[in-house]
Amino acid sequence: MTKGESPLDVRWPIGLLFAAIGFAVAAYGVFASPQAAASAGGRNLDLDWGLVMLLFGLLMIWGGWIAGKRQS
Amino acid sequence: MHLKWIDYCIVGIYCVFVLGVGFALKRFMRTSLDFFLSGRRIAAWVTGLAFLSANLGALELMGMAASGAQYGMLTSHFYWVGAVPAMIFVGLFMMPFYYGSRARSVPEYLRLRFDEKTRGFNALTFAVMTVLASGINLYAMALVFRLMLGWSIHATILLSAVVVLVYTFLGGLTSSIYNEVLQFFLIIFGVMPLAYLSVVEAGGWKGLVARLPAGFTHTWENLGSASANAMGVGWFSLVAGLGFVLSFGYWCTDFLVVQRAMAARDMAAAQKTPLIAALPKMFIPFLIIVPGMAAWAIVPRGSFLVNGSVDYNLALPLLLARYYPSGMLGVGITALLASFMSGMAGNVTAFNTVWTYDIYHAYIRRGAPDAHYLAMGRIATVGGVLISIATAYLALQFHNIMDYLQLIFSFVNAPLFATFLLGMFWKRATPHGAFFGLVGGTAAAATHWLGTQFGWANYASQMAGNFSRAVWAWAACFLLTIAVSLFTRPRPEAELAGLVYGLTEKPGHTDLPWLERPAALALLAAALVLALNWVYR
Repeated sequence: MTKGESPLDVRWPIGLLFAAIGFAVAAYGVFASPQAAASAGGRNLDLDWGLVMLLFGLLMIWGGWIAGKRQS
Repeated sequence: MHLKWIDYCIVGIYCVFVLGVGFALKRFMRTSLDFFLSGRRIAAWVTGLAFLSANLGALELMGMAASGAQYGMLTSHFYWVGAVPAMIFVGLFMMPFYYGSRARSVPEYLRLRFDEKTRGFNALTFAVMTVLASGINLYAMALVFRLMLGWSIHATILLSAVVVLVYTFLGGLTSSIYNEVLQFFLIIFGVMPLAYLSVVEAGGWKGLVARLPAGFTHTWENLGSASANAMGVGWFSLVAGLGFVLSFGYWCTDFLVVQRAMAARDMAAAQKTPLIAALPKMFIPFLIIVPGMAAWAIVPRGSFLVNGSVDYNLALPLLLARYYPSGMLGVGITALLASFMSGMAGNVTAFNTVWTYDIYHAYIRRGAPDAHYLAMGRIATVGGVLISIATAYLALQFHNIMDYLQLIFSFVNAPLFATFLLGMFWKRATPHGAFFGLVGGTAAAATHWLGTQFGWANYASQMAGNFSRAVWAWAACFLLTIAVSLFTRPRPEAELAGLVYGLTEKPGHTDLPWLERPAALALLAAALVLALNWVYR
């Protein structure tokens, strides 16, 4: 890769991975088996933390998108 | 622990992503520098997190949680004394020579500064060490997943080796670095709820103090003498052995971590790489060690028993089983899997670089076109993975070999740090001095080790013996290098420009605002780590 040519911004894979995992875990927490997910002191850990991971993923995607726009 | 379909899905999503990153990076790998050093164009925060993750393996996670359950806050010395000071030092004082010399590897720096034989010795020991370490890592991973989840050893070894092979073959060091960054976030998100829930159940910090044995929540209070604490180490052996020799030997000279900084896009980014890594590094005890302590406080003793004796390594798996429902369990398992795989990938990418630049290019085939070395890098990647698999199977047959090997690794870097210290900061150090010092220091370490094996020397604990061995090996190399240097001819000063302190222009970074300079970051890290040592004294 020569200078000036930008390789894949690492924020994209991080963002997409966490958005996918977060979505899957949160969705599982809501639909698949809410009673099994409610082990942590009555809290739905899958839903809560899944949403946190989803949000983090989206933030990373947004960061990668902004950085990509600035470069072009 | 039982995984459900959702957990396997999450592991699957991760594997697909990792392979996808490899394929996406493939088209950027045009020269050998792209493949081995990411074309020297990675941003500081990315190399910084990779620098940190390269060392944050799954074995370390489980081991530190175990050590937290066994020794308490004493374990955080491995971070606050045994890592952060060395990381600040390498960033501020050594990186100008590593990065400024344009060396492509640690052994290559030794050739530029000293001579061919010093490079050859270091390249060979390093290459052998990394592929063996990679195999041990693979073996450990298979063992952990069989114990925790009942996975087949063969399937785990083959599957993860294939995934690692594909993504490092395609994307080289960049693949490895990107996956280390992914792994960093997976570990943070995979362990944070565990840390929170376990400490809350234990009744917060106050609850931990009340439930755990006295002294478990202090780092310095019981270090007055070796017999006053469970680790069997006194403060001097801790500071000199762990804090100085072992930690500086690892963080400042091990190519596995230094390679990440060499891939940075400019001098400031290279210097900031270990400094950025130091900031999260010093808070990892709260993520790993404190939950280990909480596990010891709340989980019934019986759960820690394996065949009638306590196995502290169960601390992390017990917490996973206690708090995580299906779904989150998949995230936790993926975090462990990711740190195993990226640990192996880190070893493989360091190996292929040293093999291609420092052994193949130096001794087997010089002057070939760059494409030839790029191809050799890919072949070395395949070779490295195959040797790792073979080592893993060897370890399955002879478990003891692995314990010995790990012990040997623990002292290979100790004398090397003396060579670098003198090489970078004393222009009078000569090539012969460096070579004989290094060989002598390694021999001193081996002799000391034999001494403890045959009972000529006795220590309160194995750890105390390791710390003392490191100090001896370092001192032997340091003194021998000085002695031989005084009687042999140094290289002319003109040849050492850019390689030695005093003959190299200091990077002032005057073009950067004050807050963005490496020195500012170093001050921040130093102040924070002092504060942590004080608060948890």
